[in-house]
Amino acid sequence: MEITVNNTSYTIDAEPEMPLLWVLRDELGITGPKYGCGIAQCGACTVHVNGYAVRSCQLAIGDLGNSQVTTIEGLGTTQSLHSVQQAWIENQVAQCGYCQSGQIMQAASLLSTNPDPTDDQIDAAMSGNLCRCGTYPRIRAAVKAAAKKLQEV
Amino acid sequence: MMGRLRTLTRRTFLIGSAAVAGGVVFGTYLAKRPVKNPLLTDLQQGEAAITPYVKIDSSGVTLITPRADKGQGAYSLQAQLIAEELDIDPASANLSPGLPGPAYYNGTVMEESVPFPAYNQGAMAETVRRFMHVPAKLLAMQITGGSSTVPDSFVKLRMAGAIARETLKEAAAQQSGIARDQLSTENGFVVLPDGTRLPYTELATPAAGIEPVTDVELRSKSDWKSLGKPMQRIDMPAKCTGTEQYGIDLQIEGMVHAAVRANPGLGAAVESYDATAAESMRGVQKVLPIENGVAVVADNTWRAWRAVDAIDIQWAAGPYPASTDEIFAKIEKVINNEAHRDHRQRDEGDVESALEDGDIFEAQYKVPYLAHAPMEPMNAIVKVTDDQCEIWTGTQIPLFVRDHAAALTGLDKENVFVYVQPIGGSFGHKLEDTHVLQAVEIAMALKGTAVKLVWSREEDMTHDYLRPGAVAIGRGKVADSKVDTFDLSVAQSALLPDWFGRLMKINIPGPDATITTGSWDQPFDIPNYRVTGYRAPTMVPISSWRSVGASGNGFFHDSLLDELIHKAGADPLAERIRLCLDDTSRKVLEKAGEISDWNGPSISENRGRGVAFCLSFGVPTAVVTEVTNTDSGIKIDKVYVVVDVGDVLDPVNLEAQVFGGVIFGMAHAMNCETTFENHAAQQNNYHAFEGMRLYQVPEFEVVALSNAGKIRGIGEPGVPPAAPSLGNAIFAATGRRIRELPFNKQIDFV
Ligand code: FES
Ligand code: FES
Repeated sequence: MEITVNNTSYTIDAEPEMPLLWVLRDELGITGPKYGCGIAQCGACTVHVNGYAVRSCQLAIGDLGNSQVTTIEGLGTTQSLHSVQQAWIENQVAQCGYCQSGQIMQAASLLSTNPDPTDDQIDAAMSGNLCRCGTYPRIRAAVKAAAKKLQEV
Repeated sequence: MMGRLRTLTRRTFLIGSAAVAGGVVFGTYLAKRPVKNPLLTDLQQGEAAITPYVKIDSSGVTLITPRADKGQGAYSLQAQLIAEELDIDPASANLSPGLPGPAYYNGTVMEESVPFPAYNQGAMAETVRRFMHVPAKLLAMQITGGSSTVPDSFVKLRMAGAIARETLKEAAAQQSGIARDQLSTENGFVVLPDGTRLPYTELATPAAGIEPVTDVELRSKSDWKSLGKPMQRIDMPAKCTGTEQYGIDLQIEGMVHAAVRANPGLGAAVESYDATAAESMRGVQKVLPIENGVAVVADNTWRAWRAVDAIDIQWAAGPYPASTDEIFAKIEKVINNEAHRDHRQRDEGDVESALEDGDIFEAQYKVPYLAHAPMEPMNAIVKVTDDQCEIWTGTQIPLFVRDHAAALTGLDKENVFVYVQPIGGSFGHKLEDTHVLQAVEIAMALKGTAVKLVWSREEDMTHDYLRPGAVAIGRGKVADSKVDTFDLSVAQSALLPDWFGRLMKINIPGPDATITTGSWDQPFDIPNYRVTGYRAPTMVPISSWRSVGASGNGFFHDSLLDELIHKAGADPLAERIRLCLDDTSRKVLEKAGEISDWNGPSISENRGRGVAFCLSFGVPTAVVTEVTNTDSGIKIDKVYVVVDVGDVLDPVNLEAQVFGGVIFGMAHAMNCETTFENHAAQQNNYHAFEGMRLYQVPEFEVVALSNAGKIRGIGEPGVPPAAPSLGNAIFAATGRRIRELPFNKQIDFV
C-alpha cells in the first residue's frame, strides 16, 4: 500500500491494522514521533493527518487512505523552524524532550485552527499530552508566544 | 607521541594533553590505570591514558561530556563549563557524550570508596555517599553531606578548558615569538597584539607537541561570560525538531526487534509456556525463554509485541505477599517494634518523658509504592559475537551494565562496550538494567545480529523497581504555643541493601539511611526531637526514585510538623522560621514568605495556602502552595518555590528543574500509586497513573538564593516538599488533613 509522509510517498508491505506509529518508526525509520503508551493516553506519538493532530498509535494504516501524514520532521527543521518550534526553543521548554515532538505537533495543530486561543482553550487542547518531566509551565508560555508570532506573520 | 602531564599542586586530579591524529586532546590523566579509550585509537598501546574533555583538530573543537543526561541538561552544562574557560561558543563545537569504553568513568570515581560513576546529581550516589558518612552525629545538620560530583565537575571541566586555552596560547607564542601573556583568546582564536587571529584548529598540532600549560588560574565568578547568566541548552533545537536520537530511536544495520513478557510476579520463574500461536505470526523469527520470561524476535516492534501477547504462559507466584494490603500489613507490623529498629540518628531532649502524659498528638501517615514511568520505556540494542558484546542504551550505570553483560556472556569486561544514549527521562529507572540483560540474553541466541528490545508501556510499568511504600507514626506535644516535642517513626523495606545486592552482589551490613533520609536530617531545633527508622522485610523490588528516601520522608516530616504547629496555634511559616537552626535554610523560608505575601494559612473563604520545607541533597527548599476548594474539587492556583544552591550556573535551567521537581512531587501526590494483586502491579499504563495534566498546572514563581557556600545539584530537591505543601494547603482551605498519598483517594482535583 502507498502512504504519503512529509510529502514523500512510500510503498508499504504491512498488515492494514498496523498502527501508523510503528510503520513510521520501524518500517520507514522516521523516529520523531515517539512511543509512550500505545493507548492514546500520552500524545507522544502525535502527527498531523491532513493537518490535524492525530495519535499515530491509534491510527491503523489501513484507514489512512490518501491522507497526508506530517511528522515533526516535516513541520520544520533546524534551518527553517516552524513558529511553534521557534517559540519552544526561545522558551527553553524541553527537559528530556521525549514528549516534545508530540507537544509541538499538538500545539501547531491547535494554532492552525485557532490562531488566538484562550488559556482554557490551550488547556483543553494540550491536556492529552503528558510530560513526565513537568515542562508544562513553559509549554503554556510557548504556545502563547507561538500564537503571537503567527499573528505577526 | 607520549601523553604529557604535569602535577597540579593541591589538586586531586591531573589534567594533561595527548596528541591524536591531526590534533590534540586535553583531559584527566589516569596515572595509575591506563584504560582502553576508543577516542584515542590513534595512540599506541599504553599511551591512551587520558580521559578527554576537549579534542581539537583541523575539523573543529569537540567537547566530551561523559555524564549522563536524563533530561536535566547535564550535557549542555558540562559543555558550558569547558567553554567558559576555553573561550569558544559551545553551540559551535561538536558535542559527544563520549564513545564507548571505561575511559570516561574517571579516575577520581574509580578511586572513591563509593562505587559510582560521578553522574551529575546522581540520586543513588548521593545517598550512598551520605550513607557512607553517616556517623552517630548529625553531619547533615551542617549541610556537609551530599554532592561531591557537582563541585568536582564544576572545577575539573573548567580546568580542562583553561589548560587547553593556555596551551593553545603557548603554541601561538612559540610560533609568533610573542610572550604568552601578551596574547588573548576569543571565540576559538588566539589573538595577537596586532589583531592577527590564529584559529585553535590550526594551533592544535603544534599544541600537541609542547608541554601543556597547567599552572593556570580559573577565572573568578565576576569574569564569567556565560556561566551564571541565562543560557540556551545545546540539546534544545534537536529536541524541538524531533531529531534528538534517544536509545529507542537508534537503528543498527541488520537489526531485529524483540519483545519480552516477564513474570509479573517480580523475580519469579516461568513454569511453562505455549508459543504455538505466536510462532506462526507474521514477522516472527524466534521465540525463546529468558530468565523469568519469554521473548519474541520479529522484524518490527509491533509484531513482536503482538506475538508475545499471544503466548500462553504459566507463572510461578512472586516471592512476596500477594496484595498491597498484605504488604503494608508487614510494614505496619515493624513500626515502633524495637526488634526491627534500623537506626535512630536524631534524638534530642527527652522524648520519652515528654510523651509520658499530657495532651499527646498522634497520627499515622502512609505513602504508596510508585513506578518511575519515564516517557521513554526501557530499551536496549545489543549485539553479541564470539569476541565482543556491544550495547547501545540510555543508562545511568554503564559500568554495572558492562560487568553484568560480561558475566552473562562469559566475555572479558574489556570486550563489552556500552554506548550511552540520550535518555528520555529516568527518575531512577535507568539505575536498573534488567531490560539490558534480557536483550543480552536474546542477542546471545542470535549471535552476530543486533537485537533491539523495547518494553511496552505495560511491561515497563509492571516490571519496575519501585519507590518503596512506607508508613510513619508521628507523635508530639506543644507548649506555650510552640512545638515542643516531635517524634517520628518511619517504616519501610531497606532500599540500599536491595539495590546493592541486585547490582553488585554484595551484602551491605548496617543501617539503611534512606528509611529516614529527608526527616532525620532537617535543620530544626525542637526541644524534644526524635526520628527513628524501622526496617520492614524485603518484599517487592525497590530502588531509587527521584529524591530517594526524601520523597516519602519529606511528606512525613513536614506534615507532622504542620499538624503540631496548627495544634500550637502558631503561624505555619513563622513557627518553621523560629525553629530553624540553619541560616541558609531560614533565609529560604523567609524569602518564601516574602514572595508569596504570606499572611497566614487562610487566604479567603475556600482558599488556603500551605508552606512546606525540606532540606535534601544539601539544598534547602521551601514551597508555598495556594489552592481553592471549588465545588468539584481542589484547584492548585499558584506555587512559590525558593531554593539555595550556592552559585547558580544557569538560571533558566535551574528554574525548569525546580518547577519540574515540584510538579513531579505534586503529580504523584495527587493521583499515583502502584498497588499489587496476585503479586502483580495493577497500574500498567498512564490511564491508571496519570500525574498532572496541563489544565491542572498552577502558575509558578521560583527564586534561587546564593547564600550557601557550596554549589549543589537541583534535579531532585524540588520533589520532597511538594506533596506536604499541597497537603498543608488542602488543610488550610478545607480543614481536612489527608495523611495518606495519593490525595485523590480522599479528595478530587480539578
Ligand atoms: S503513544 Fe500514542 S498516545 Fe501515547
Ligand atoms: S520533557 Fe521529558 S517527558 Fe516531557
